[in-house]
Amino acid sequence: MEKVDIGKKVLSANEAYALKNSQLLAQHGTPCFNLISSPGSGKTTLLVRTITDLTGTLRIGVIEGDIQTDIDAQRIRAAKAPAVQINTEGGCHLSAAQVSRALKELPLDRLDMVLIENVGNLVCPAAFELGEHGKIVVLSVPEGDDKPAKYPGIFAKSRVLLINKIDLLQGGAQVDFDLQRAKVDARRLNKSIEIFPVSAKTGEGMQDWYAWLTGQIRR
Amino acid sequence: MHETAVAQSLVEIVSQEAHNRHARPIRAKMSCGQLNAINDESLSFAFEAIAEGTPCEGVKLQIVHKPLEAKCGTCGHVFAVDFSNVKCPDCGGGDFELLPDAPLLVEEIEFEGWDDGEG
Repeated sequence: MEKVDIGKKVLSANEAYALKNSQLLAQHGTPCFNLISSPGSGKTTLLVRTITDLTGTLRIGVIEGDIQTDIDAQRIRAAKAPAVQINTEGGCHLSAAQVSRALKELPLDRLDMVLIENVGNLVCPAAFELGEHGKIVVLSVPEGDDKPAKYPGIFAKSRVLLINKIDLLQGGAQVDFDLQRAKVDARRLNKSIEIFPVSAKTGEGMQDWYAWLTGQIRR
Repeated sequence: MHETAVAQSLVEIVSQEAHNRHARPIRAKMSCGQLNAINDESLSFAFEAIAEGTPCEGVKLQIVHKPLEAKCGTCGHVFAVDFSNVKCPDCGGGDFELLPDAPLLVEEIEFEGWDDGEG
């Protein structure tokens, strides 16, 4: 019987792909962000609006992750941006290897930025680095203001928190959501997190998000 | 269930180490932090299922959880974070910074030699 110290990272295979992805993106000078949220938070609607409103300012390519269908990639292409759909067929998160294959299909030379829409899930995607420059967590108002407290991992690791569907907070409050509580809980986990309350439907608050996003391409 | 992907990587790493040493793995010890949300039951179940038919079949998996630490912004004390009630145990302050979470690590593998004496 022999005990051997290994000290090897369990996800080292994923990290090797993530490193390759970040090197490829750096070669092209293309920043990349990984959008993570629950299913139904409005990630695709947010992307479509962002792409449309920033037409002529920022050329965005999208990698879409879903268990099934290419519905999301079709919506992105309809907004006239290149999109690659990954179907994980049951997988609860995107892996760096999947993103590596998708990056090869994007015209990186003609893009200013790549946005990855991860599989809808607040837990698993947080554990897998994709080679991105930062994670962006999207929380929508109907999900409840307690999500930062309940799912600390993703809020602790993200550079940006987009609080979407704030149009539901107006006109007699259709949902109970304490914006302040969500912000305080998120900042408690992550002092430097940038928080943008937005409505991808009405466009409210989107300008601040666009300013942050376009600010990333001069880095 | 990201535990399935973690289990898959574990099986690959332990199998590779076993192959390199021409030895049979008996026990593997891994550690993880808090933010990767590893559920022991899910991981052990996935590991056992994926290990079937590989050199990892029958390997006992031990999972160690490392605490997530934070540094108090008021008094500088470093403490283990309890998300249900996060405040500095020394000064009671609620202003703190999370320190980097421990990665998922294969710490140790216990081997025995092959029965056929190949090792």
